[in-house]
Amino acid sequence: MSSTTAKSFFWKGVRDSAPFVFVAGPFGLLFGVLATEAGLNVTETMIFTMTVFAGAAQFAALQLMQENAPTLIVLASALAVNLRVAMYSASLTPYLGAAPIWQRVLVAYFTVDQSYALSVSQFETYHDMSLSGRLRYFAGTCALIAPFWYGATLLGAVMGARIPESWALDFALPIAFLAMIGPMLRTPAHIVAALVSIVVSIAAAGLPYNSGLLVAGIIAMMAGARTELWLQRRGSWT
Amino acid sequence: MKIDPVTLWTVIIGLAIGSFVLRFVFIGLVGDRPLPPWLLRHLRYTAVAILPALVTPLVIWPAATGGTPDLPRMAAAATTLAVGLWTKNVLAAIAAGAATLYGLLYLFG
Repeated sequence: MSSTTAKSFFWKGVRDSAPFVFVAGPFGLLFGVLATEAGLNVTETMIFTMTVFAGAAQFAALQLMQENAPTLIVLASALAVNLRVAMYSASLTPYLGAAPIWQRVLVAYFTVDQSYALSVSQFETYHDMSLSGRLRYFAGTCALIAPFWYGATLLGAVMGARIPESWALDFALPIAFLAMIGPMLRTPAHIVAALVSIVVSIAAAGLPYNSGLLVAGIIAMMAGARTELWLQRRGSWT
Repeated sequence: MKIDPVTLWTVIIGLAIGSFVLRFVFIGLVGDRPLPPWLLRHLRYTAVAILPALVTPLVIWPAATGGTPDLPRMAAAATTLAVGLWTKNVLAAIAAGAATLYGLLYLFG
């Protein structure tokens, strides 16, 4: 494949990812603000966001640390929130697994919701892309969004302390997560998992060490998987 | 309340390593060997299994009211979820939830 074509895949990735600045921007800003309110300074906030690079897991860890949950529970819960990226990694492997190790290390770091979703849909649609074209497309999906996310976090961290209490930012996190859940409920199995998650989290709210979240998450995952199997056997799974 | 620095740095380092391992494990180590279907079937539901459990207690017992259930926050949560389900649009859901929260806090707060 000529380098012109490969280069154009990079720019296609950038263009396809452009709408996501409207997601990464507000979420990055919010993380910066909430981290500052939790007492993190700008350096701590930026190291957190640049090394972990996983919005939902960062929010979950911040919330649990403020509730004084034990460190192990904070880690286990935040990683559980992030388990889906293991699935993304598995699903990108057939397309990018042949790249040299240093490139796979970079792909791993940049595997997030939007780079994964855009890349897989691109790779599935265009079967004949070369490995280098795929890598360039993947790089393009991150080239705009990742710096935007870092910048928005920095802005939020700098502004954070100046935001008045009447803005009720305590509730920004639940609203942000609830907004993400709605569009995820694509199948009956996803809906069952979400409902079981809600019910068990209420029932398990009294469990020690904030472990209710993990218990609810595991039971709900099993409920989703069982529902999928059951629907498959009935022949109503598409 | 200030987070203890030892806890904070343990969590940052642990999460940085853990999140990277989760992303690297398949593409880096497993290569293109196929994964067991039961594992993929469970991984598919992680996000919808964990996020509702994280949010539900925050909605029912909000810290800002000292844990007393609160109409503006409950209504904002319900609106956000409903608009997200209906439009499949994250930003529309956030806007609707925020509008509900601020509207009701203004009326009742």
